Amino acid sequence: MTQFDDAIVHKNLSENASEQYLTFIMATEEYGVDILSVQEIRGWQATTAIPNSPAHVKGVINLRGTIVPIIDLRQRFGISALEYGSTTVVIVVKVNIADEHKIIGIVVDAVSDVFSVNNNDLRDAPDFGEDTDLSFIKGLANLEDKMVILLDINTLLGNEAHFEAKQLSNIISNLDAESTHAISA
Amino acid sequence: MEIDLSQFSQVFFEESLEGLESMESELLKLDISAPDPEAINTIFRAAHSIKGGSATFGFVQVASYTHLLETLLDEIRDGRRKMTNHHQDMLLLSVDLLRNMLDALMRKIDFCDPLLEELQQKFSTELNQDSTPLLSTEVEQKDDSAVWQITFKAGTDILRFGNDPILMFAELRALGQLDVVLLDTPVPDFTHYDPEGCYLSWQLTLATAQPLSQIKQAFEWVEDECEITYEALDQKSLEVTTPELAIEVAPQLENLTTDTPATKATKPAAITQKNQESGSIRVSIDKVDLLINMVGELVITQAMLSQLGQQDEIDHESLILMKQGLEQLATHTRDLQESVMQIRMLPISFAFNRFPRLVRDIGQQLNKKVELVLKGEDTELDKTVMEKIVDPMVHLVRNSLDHGLETPEDRKAKGKRETGTLTLNAYHQGGNIIIEIIDDGAGLDTAKILKKAKEKGLVNPDEEPSEEAIHQLIFKPGFSTADQVSDLSGRGVGMDVVLRNIHQLSGNIDLKSVKDKGSRFTIRLPLTLAILDGQLVRVGSHTYVVPLVSIHESLQVTPDRINRLSEEHQVIRLRDEYLPVIKVFDQFNHRADANEIKDGLVMVVDANNDKVGLLVDELLSQQQVVIKSLEDNYSKVAGISGATILGDGTVALIIDIAGLVSLAGINNKQDHAA
Repeated sequence: MTQFDDAIVHKNLSENASEQYLTFIMATEEYGVDILSVQEIRGWQATTAIPNSPAHVKGVINLRGTIVPIIDLRQRFGISALEYGSTTVVIVVKVNIADEHKIIGIVVDAVSDVFSVNNNDLRDAPDFGEDTDLSFIKGLANLEDKMVILLDINTLLGNEAHFEAKQLSNIISNLDAESTHAISA
Repeated sequence: MEIDLSQFSQVFFEESLEGLESMESELLKLDISAPDPEAINTIFRAAHSIKGGSATFGFVQVASYTHLLETLLDEIRDGRRKMTNHHQDMLLLSVDLLRNMLDALMRKIDFCDPLLEELQQKFSTELNQDSTPLLSTEVEQKDDSAVWQITFKAGTDILRFGNDPILMFAELRALGQLDVVLLDTPVPDFTHYDPEGCYLSWQLTLATAQPLSQIKQAFEWVEDECEITYEALDQKSLEVTTPELAIEVAPQLENLTTDTPATKATKPAAITQKNQESGSIRVSIDKVDLLINMVGELVITQAMLSQLGQQDEIDHESLILMKQGLEQLATHTRDLQESVMQIRMLPISFAFNRFPRLVRDIGQQLNKKVELVLKGEDTELDKTVMEKIVDPMVHLVRNSLDHGLETPEDRKAKGKRETGTLTLNAYHQGGNIIIEIIDDGAGLDTAKILKKAKEKGLVNPDEEPSEEAIHQLIFKPGFSTADQVSDLSGRGVGMDVVLRNIHQLSGNIDLKSVKDKGSRFTIRLPLTLAILDGQLVRVGSHTYVVPLVSIHESLQVTPDRINRLSEEHQVIRLRDEYLPVIKVFDQFNHRADANEIKDGLVMVVDANNDKVGLLVDELLSQQQVVIKSLEDNYSKVAGISGATILGDGTVALIIDIAGLVSLAGINNKQDHAA
């Protein structure tokens, strides 16, 4: 009996070899994060500043008794900061950093959509040479005529110290140019 | 279906370590001249279950080593060998060795230690030697070979639980001559047949000199689920085994009460039980019951309130009811908080347990006779505090043994008992726990300390401090009263580290010493680290929490008492002390109202036993705060020890004073801890 069940599960898996992504918008780009890592989406609330922390770390909030740090992804990517308001969105994600589960909030401009991305449609980010670490980008996906940058949230938030914010924004804009080119070609 | 044994191995490790702990404490308590049979049994049982467990998990090294221990202990237990001091030492060393072996297994690294081979050798020679029997007649009988017929019908599930009959047969074969015959057992029809079940039974014929209890041990793990019958084949062996069986059946306690006074018999048993309870974070069922009751009450109150909430109109009567409900809710919440905290509390015997061994070893090393007295072992303490207080306590105990207690000759010369007494005492006082380390040794040599302090420039040459002030000097960094650097202490790792560790736990330490009468160190600690009495302060628009225990006073400083050493470094004069002042806003990169010392408030706080001033804008309320970790989801922040949630739901950070001081870089004093 169990074998029969297994067979069904396997069939489903191979047919649906896709993952769902929550996409959000920042500046002109659309990014996606694995929906399974998203815990909740919240509005902006005032944070308690952490002394001597980098500018993109906005501080900590109380999320039902848990102390959760909030990171501004715009500033993290070196994009000019936006004024926070009632429409500012905080996506609370669960990340796995060095075998530890952490809960971190990221501030983005707006949440966009939920997409199923078939694994076959996932393309690697173009190579920008050895100096450029793109490990935080899981891949690019072409969805409904727009390109979505799928982020590997674990690497992105795990390697906090690794990237220079400026460099990140350059990578993203390069990526955009390259990929649009590739897609149209 | 395959069972992943590794999921159980953690339990095995925990239980084995607990077993080793009780082995150690029983061994230490053991009176070699007249060993308590129950104690020997406890030690044997621990060794036996470690052996069984390790064999199940395939830890061959541990299993074969514990087998040696078991054999020796079994002979002692059966009265075929007399316990000696040598045995005690060997067994204690084995406890250490097994701990290391288990540790290596847990960390999945290879274990190699020359001690293993050495001890194995010792055990083998010991076991091969002629034993010195207590009752020669009994042994004579046992030497006669008996033939046992054993029918073993395996339970259907035994393979599933990791028990392999082959291993049991192998164990029997080690006891003597073994014949195995597979019996013709009917197998169930196909529809009822479980392909993973075991439907076999065997007839075993074993010729052995070993007693029945030894044979039974082979099946100890499966005796509940299998049908096993033992039958002695000839009359002679029956005679031998009948008394043996009688002992088996009779409760061991009964056996004990005849040999030893009742008090002696019940006491070790009680202690063992307690040890097992406190060995890990297992919680006694009473505490859980209490918690469940409390939650039940809470649910009732909630139901009552929600019923009131459903009314469309609130009249006067229901308002009163609601008020009552809210009051109840407050009470229940407080009770619930208390009982949840209780779950983290463990009796301090958990920490005290390691001292008998430590005192024994150090006493032997220093040729000092020490009697260790433990008091208030049931006093409960938060687990996190417990883990952190052990190191300072070990240091103090070593100190007392090394510097405090005199050698037996010296003691005799002073007209004292040759054996010194070291007392560890714990009790509650208010919201604190007090731990005392008391010795009846020589006390502190004030003249020597003063001389040394003057050499080091800690005290002015012509100053004559009070005795109390001199005692406090030993808490200064780099201060050791030992004339010579010994193995145990006096390496400059001094009391300052102890003091710092205790301060980190928001506690403090007191010292009283009388020459030739002894010393008493008193450690005072908060019961838990999860809640802290805090002083809320404002720095610009930010609110911080400062632990109340570290605050001496807060004051406004007039300009004439402020001295500027440099742009960054300013000191204030407070009575006859000069204190450096840390501008909190500066260190934390905040904007503040008071940029100068004269405009703000200076909080005088304790940092590593030195006073410093913290410049803040305003003092807010004092309150108890629940400490939350910042590292859980973020990382460690310099100068911050954690966070808490205030009444309005916002987060406030808790200042780590020692961290702030090092962040400010004003305390460039050499750290002698390294």
